[in-house]
Amino acid sequence: MSALAHVPTSAGKPAPPPVRRGRNRLLPYLLLLPGAAWLLVFFALPLVQLASASLYDPAGSLSTGYAMTWAFSNYPDALQAYWPQFSRSFLYSAIALVLALLMGYPLAYAIAQKAGRWKNLLLVAVVAPMFTSFLVRTLAWKTILSDNGALVGLLRDVHLLGPDGRLLATPIAVVLGLTYNFLPFLVLPLYASLERLDPRLLEAASDLYASPLRAFAKVTLPLSMPGLIAGTLLFFIPATGDYINAELLGTPNEYMIGNVIDSAFLVRLDYPQGAALSFLLMAAILAIVFVYLRRAGTEEVL
Amino acid sequence: MRSPLRTLTRRGLLTGTVGSAALLATAGTLAGCGTKGAQQTEAGCKSEDLSATEKKVAFSNWPQYMDTDEKDESKRPTLDAFVAASGIQVTYSEDVNDNNEFFGKVRNQLAGCQSTGRDIMVLTDWMAARVIRLGWVQKLDKSKMPNVEANLLQSLRGRSFDAETQLAVPWQSGLAGLAYNAKVTKEIRTVDELLTRPDLKGKVTVLSEMRDTIGLLLQSLGHDPAKFTSAQFDDALNKLKKAVDSKQIRRFTGNDYAPDLAKGDIAACIGWSGDVVQLGFDDEKIKFVVPESGVMLWSDNMLVPNKATHKANAEALMNHYYDPAVAAKLAAYVNYICPVQGAQAEMEKIDPDLATNPLIFPDDAMLSKAKVFMALDEAQEKEYETKFQQVIGA
Repeated sequence: MSALAHVPTSAGKPAPPPVRRGRNRLLPYLLLLPGAAWLLVFFALPLVQLASASLYDPAGSLSTGYAMTWAFSNYPDALQAYWPQFSRSFLYSAIALVLALLMGYPLAYAIAQKAGRWKNLLLVAVVAPMFTSFLVRTLAWKTILSDNGALVGLLRDVHLLGPDGRLLATPIAVVLGLTYNFLPFLVLPLYASLERLDPRLLEAASDLYASPLRAFAKVTLPLSMPGLIAGTLLFFIPATGDYINAELLGTPNEYMIGNVIDSAFLVRLDYPQGAALSFLLMAAILAIVFVYLRRAGTEEVL
Repeated sequence: MRSPLRTLTRRGLLTGTVGSAALLATAGTLAGCGTKGAQQTEAGCKSEDLSATEKKVAFSNWPQYMDTDEKDESKRPTLDAFVAASGIQVTYSEDVNDNNEFFGKVRNQLAGCQSTGRDIMVLTDWMAARVIRLGWVQKLDKSKMPNVEANLLQSLRGRSFDAETQLAVPWQSGLAGLAYNAKVTKEIRTVDELLTRPDLKGKVTVLSEMRDTIGLLLQSLGHDPAKFTSAQFDDALNKLKKAVDSKQIRRFTGNDYAPDLAKGDIAACIGWSGDVVQLGFDDEKIKFVVPESGVMLWSDNMLVPNKATHKANAEALMNHYYDPAVAAKLAAYVNYICPVQGAQAEMEKIDPDLATNPLIFPDDAMLSKAKVFMALDEAQEKEYETKFQQVIGA
């Protein structure tokens, strides 16, 4: 700013000089430039390429190339063929989200409000698993849920599972995997919101004869809304597109849309279909997010 | 300070971003009209050989496909011997985990006639056939590989995708058949048992390599996987679909069935001979079965991709591994089928037990049951793969 301050101005005039205004107006855009350039090259351009790939002639092939025929029929065709995997993706991630909320909200609250000097340690404990790769964590779940592992043995002993029952390769395993893998994305924003919660507000609520439950509903929950919304979105969006959990912990009957897209691009080499499915997934998620944000009605996130 | 910034609100910015992205998208789609074919020709994509001046070679192989020293896992005796003898430095990477995944990794470069940074890549028959069909590999100079000329098994010469035997040199071969863990189940003998026996329900895995799984199913139906019709393929696929629908099949796997089989999470599977032989060393209850109806034979092949700049060095390395003594050492470690004639005699000196193991040196009776999957053209490949993927759920 010091450079700007020395810009020569005609002495005595109180109005700010026009040069300075112009610079300032440009400044936010200059600050945006690196990020915007990054997004343009690594997000917008690939997106355009994917969009055009989704409209290629489905009769094309790798060796002959694909002609651009504006084949919008790729979309209904892909949906027709893979709607079960599509709806399954949303179902599984919705269930996982509910489970994660039931675990994550009390956890975030405890860390933010009750942990005292253990706060940092607990935060590290939430984040620490993220230091290892996603794949390794999911493979670890294979061991935890193994048919001959302690957990399944225990569940069989207490007859929650039949003698031949298993956890691995079932929808339960996939949902548990999703819940676990994306839990930190939910907990961290929630923690950030709850940490700012002023305990005096809760005291005031109880002074005004609010029961603890009512104080939670009227004070804590509304104040944690921004974190809650950000957390649920950060959880739900990657969980819906995930394919590792279904691949490693599930069976073909649990495959999600991510598995289909993976196979369209890598195995079947059906690029138009893979691109169309990717866009359908993106559109569906965008629609859900839009409705959700409208409902939740917050300006804090967007 | 707030007033000049007020011109840029979140909402305004978002609207602007979305708007310009939409505009860009439209413009982009209008401009970007389709893609060029990925087909390359020998004349169109010439590669330079810098072997004379650069004594190095980059070798991409599958994990656990190279002998390591018993005491020091980072040492690879047969490869180190090559480096010592030839003075050629080898950059060895275990970055081929899956044919399709690897294809995705190198597809863009090879389609555009660019270097992948690799001089040798190891791909399974059908993927080798695809990259050869696309013209993505360099022709090898047989005169620089006398050992390969002399020692390559007869049954691996003149394969349908490489009639002149000058594009692909087998690294190791193997069988796809049945495997089971005798700790958790009694013996299985046929594909039908695997797919229908009630006590195996939910404890069976099947390979996600279409050619191995469908090949075995075709054989179990009395069809020939080296020559079958579209109707016969559907026949085999229906049989597989029934097993998926009845939840007999737990999941479709690549190499990753091996630890599950060892743990007993799965009781039986379609698996590869080499994996099962290796598991069998630790636990003799894990057994490989060649079904009466027949078994699938495949090879992983060394190929030199276009624009690889050390072809002569690569050829020297291939030649080294076709020395029977070297091949025997490698086979003693990886336990797949050894494609090198004369290695069996060398193996007698290393480990007589392995020399008589039919899963490493198959006898004629076994080879007569082993079939190589039919070479598919592009249209067939897409049709069959799509149908298969639909059944396996993706």
